[in-house]
Amino acid sequence: MINTGEILQTLRMIDREKLDVRTITMGISLFNCVSDDEKRLCDKVYDRITKQAEHLVKTGQDIEREFGVPIVNKRISVTPVSLITGALSSPIGVAKALDRAAKEVGVDFIGGYTALVPKGMTAADRRLIGSLPEALCETDLLCSSVNVASTRAGIDMDAVKLCGEKIRELAEKTKDTDGFGCAKLVVFANAVEDNPFMAGAFWGPGEGDCAVSVGVSGPGVVKTALESVKGQPFDVVAETIKRTAFRVTRVGQLVAQEASRRLNVPFGIVDLSLAPTPAVGDSVAHILEEMGLEKCGAHGTTAALALLNDAVKKGGVMASSHVGGLSGAFIPVSEDIGMINAAACGALSLNKLEAMTCVCSVGLDMIAIPGDTPASTISAIIADEAAIGMINNKTTAVRVIPAPGKGVGDTVEFGGLFGRAPIIPVSPFSSEEFIARGGRIPAPLHSLRN
Amino acid sequence: MSTLSKAVVTVLGIDCKGIIARVSNVLWQHEVNILDISQTIVDGYFNMIMVVDVTAPDCSFEGLTDSLNALGEELKLQIRIQRSEIFESMHQI
Repeated sequence: MINTGEILQTLRMIDREKLDVRTITMGISLFNCVSDDEKRLCDKVYDRITKQAEHLVKTGQDIEREFGVPIVNKRISVTPVSLITGALSSPIGVAKALDRAAKEVGVDFIGGYTALVPKGMTAADRRLIGSLPEALCETDLLCSSVNVASTRAGIDMDAVKLCGEKIRELAEKTKDTDGFGCAKLVVFANAVEDNPFMAGAFWGPGEGDCAVSVGVSGPGVVKTALESVKGQPFDVVAETIKRTAFRVTRVGQLVAQEASRRLNVPFGIVDLSLAPTPAVGDSVAHILEEMGLEKCGAHGTTAALALLNDAVKKGGVMASSHVGGLSGAFIPVSEDIGMINAAACGALSLNKLEAMTCVCSVGLDMIAIPGDTPASTISAIIADEAAIGMINNKTTAVRVIPAPGKGVGDTVEFGGLFGRAPIIPVSPFSSEEFIARGGRIPAPLHSLRN
Repeated sequence: MSTLSKAVVTVLGIDCKGIIARVSNVLWQHEVNILDISQTIVDGYFNMIMVVDVTAPDCSFEGLTDSLNALGEELKLQIRIQRSEIFESMHQI
């Protein structure tokens, strides 16, 4: 029997500590839509998605109401578009078909306008990356990602160069919204195939026809739990985070199973991520500060984040039958009120953020940089992150927004879950000749594991 | 044993006459059986938790939620109903 204290604890977590399920994401394979006729391919893609995800939003809302736990987003991820558009002269039509389908079924985002190019680009990959500014400018709900590196294959520096250029173009094309288009594009190393979180979600070629996955959240719950162990040793801190992460993940597992049952599609994975929002009381940075740091970014931040990331996984892994995705703490600057404040007061620099990405689940995320940052510098930022991912066998990513016409001291507002970001300075020294080399950075020695 | 049939009703707010009667009435109208009630008043704040059985064939969870929400607005109380699995999964292994 459930006791009163437990019931009240759950209600407090939901009401005051902002416990929520961040997303139910339906992964849909589009391989059965392949055609060399553009119209036919687009029609099939649209039909496939609108049929398969017809009840996704309604089901999410029903679960939300019946279990009393908010489900913030309903999303779709699809097969990387470059893999199904090899026979077309341009993937733009598919981008628009995806956007229309997402609007028809009422989801918040659709991800998978993606190219996987860690070792080299096919002609279709080049066309897709080349089309990014147009595709993301002319659609609303479409999200995109490019995987430019992996531990097994090394870093494709031609793709890194191209991505830097396209990010600049995309920012210019969406300058009315401070370059918001760039918030819908992630450049990865070691991208995972079952990530339910945007903007980097896609449904990898190794996945089945369809499945639902869930991404949990809950930084506020962890922060509150740590308030009760003030001043105690790190062993206690780690234990407390583990216990809390277990509870949070159980909610995700319940929602995922229920969604899978009601939609009659397989359950994919639960992604054990601490995903913040710009709301007060929903911040990963505040968890780090609760551990005893005056501001996120102070010395000790990397250690605190390493502990948090590891404890979240250890607590969550037993709570779910299938764990996957990115599973760790997210540190998106604009989407976390603690990060925003730390960046605004100068406590958090790009260099410190880069160090933090060595020990957390993703990378340089939702960071606004000066609008006049050269494309080669953006490419070099990507190369640095890709190197961290490649060498450390982990996923890393770059989602930077070079805000047109703005510089250090300015702030960009994206609104909603995307929040706002103070512009962070980048190195004024050039990486032009470094990026101009192109080619491949070879895979590290430890890629030879067979 | 089907665990899918149970739900938890929580009522929080300033105490007034007839809260239990009114809430029970709504539940009765929806053919919901009450399995357990615990209720306290702390500093004038009414706090009640009911475990109820929602298996009755005529019981629509959506309709029940709407009726309880309407009653909550009328009595200026926070009334909500949630399927019990959310509590069980969070606190029991």
